Amino acid sequence: MNPALRRVWGLVYRHVSLYRRSWPRLVELMYWPVLQMVVWGFISSYIAGLQPGTGTIAAGALLGAVLLWEVALRSQMGFALSFLEEIWSRNLGHVFVSPLRPRELVAALMSMSVLRTLVGVLPAMFLAWVFYGFGLFALGPVIVAFFVALLMMGWAVALLVTSLILRHGAGAEALAWSVLFGLTPFSAVFYPVAVLPVWLQPVALAIPAAHVFEGMRAALLDGHIAWGHLAAAFALDAMWLAIASWVFMRQFEGARVRGALLNIGE
Amino acid sequence: MTALLVENLSKTYPPRRGAPPPRPAVDGLSFRLPMGETWGLLGGNGAGKTTTIAMLLGLLVPSGGTILALGHDMTKDRFAALARMNFSSPYIALPHRLSVAENLRIYAHLYDVPDMERRIATLAEDLNLTELLDRPAGELSAGQKTRVALAKALINRPALLLLDEPTASLDPDTGDWVRGWLERYSAESGCSILLASHNMAEVERLCGHVLMLKEGRILDQGSPAALTAQYGREDLEQVFLDIARGTRAETMA
Repeated sequence: MNPALRRVWGLVYRHVSLYRRSWPRLVELMYWPVLQMVVWGFISSYIAGLQPGTGTIAAGALLGAVLLWEVALRSQMGFALSFLEEIWSRNLGHVFVSPLRPRELVAALMSMSVLRTLVGVLPAMFLAWVFYGFGLFALGPVIVAFFVALLMMGWAVALLVTSLILRHGAGAEALAWSVLFGLTPFSAVFYPVAVLPVWLQPVALAIPAAHVFEGMRAALLDGHIAWGHLAAAFALDAMWLAIASWVFMRQFEGARVRGALLNIGE
Repeated sequence: MTALLVENLSKTYPPRRGAPPPRPAVDGLSFRLPMGETWGLLGGNGAGKTTTIAMLLGLLVPSGGTILALGHDMTKDRFAALARMNFSSPYIALPHRLSVAENLRIYAHLYDVPDMERRIATLAEDLNLTELLDRPAGELSAGQKTRVALAKALINRPALLLLDEPTASLDPDTGDWVRGWLERYSAESGCSILLASHNMAEVERLCGHVLMLKEGRILDQGSPAALTAQYGREDLEQVFLDIARGTRAETMA
């Protein structure tokens, strides 16, 4: 195996081994997505029952939004919490004096983010199909593009959160859970961008998720793929990732200057 | 052949907001560790040992000076050097929930160690870890953890090994076992070792040369026997106290 890939695998192996030994951690990965799906599934059923037809379509859009937003949330948390695991286990010093490059660390955290997202969200998608007859995969192959675009957005936000942890230490760890929730109102998850005040709409349109959810609603409600929104989502993802990577590298080098890598867990 | 060439190394941490400018943590350190030798880095708390080791490992960017580790400039090409170096400290843990074998596999991957399982088995046999390979690292005693940390530090057959207090918090018997093992290992492998320790008996036993640090500077250096003779003391501990308390002049007089 290529040495760089092996180093990435080394860090992924570390986290996979941890989950293999700890079933509560595995359950925790699925718990919130499944719980969200169950609650919103009942709400959707209720709405669908109120007004068959329109209500059913709205309920489908609601449930699809819940499941897809979980992808972004789990992606961001999967990345940031895997980094925090290294801090909590006081292992970061060993990792940073190994030949693992910062970009390989990021690649490993992205890989863990994908694995944690799949383990967390796929059971919820399956249960949505079993209990509520809602199959997100019925949208067709475009669902994979939605999935990837939201994963990438999660990585960008997680890189910024990780940068804050490098800057401010473990005191900033609460952001790993909360920061993406703060973007929910502007991400057009449950309603179109047009619902937002006009002055807020440019903010929403700068968020990749807003385009994904506009695309999802177009696919669910109108049955067509909004290629423009999809392209915008990926373009914004690329821009966000480039900016977040730059911030991360600056904070990483800053931490090496300040000596923050020596006591980051404190 | 030089394992480590340090020239005029210095580090001043950035000042905290509103605080006066800090004094340099390391101030103009220069030394050359030859290949295959074991050197000690001694000094009281705040002497600059941790800062020096962190810079040698690339964890910390120096304010000035150069570090050539195994011929590689640590400011420009640190990863090439890090692949052939390793480090052990009781203050940096290995993931507690993972087994000893899993921990060693992680580092075998990170250091791209060939024939990984055989290397782990050999190290486990050498360090009496075979029975512990499937035990979670967090359930081990301090002595067992030290041996696992050593196995991790040797996984890549390092040409340069940095050890930070390798026998801290060990009982005398286990500490003696570790020192004996390190003695044999350095003789057989030709590995260069830089050892930071507060245990003077350990330094006298393992190190051919000692750097005495105070306030970020090398105050004195030489072999333990030469330093002891130079200060007119019976052992290195008394020399250390002279330097730490600034009583050298009285002693020499």
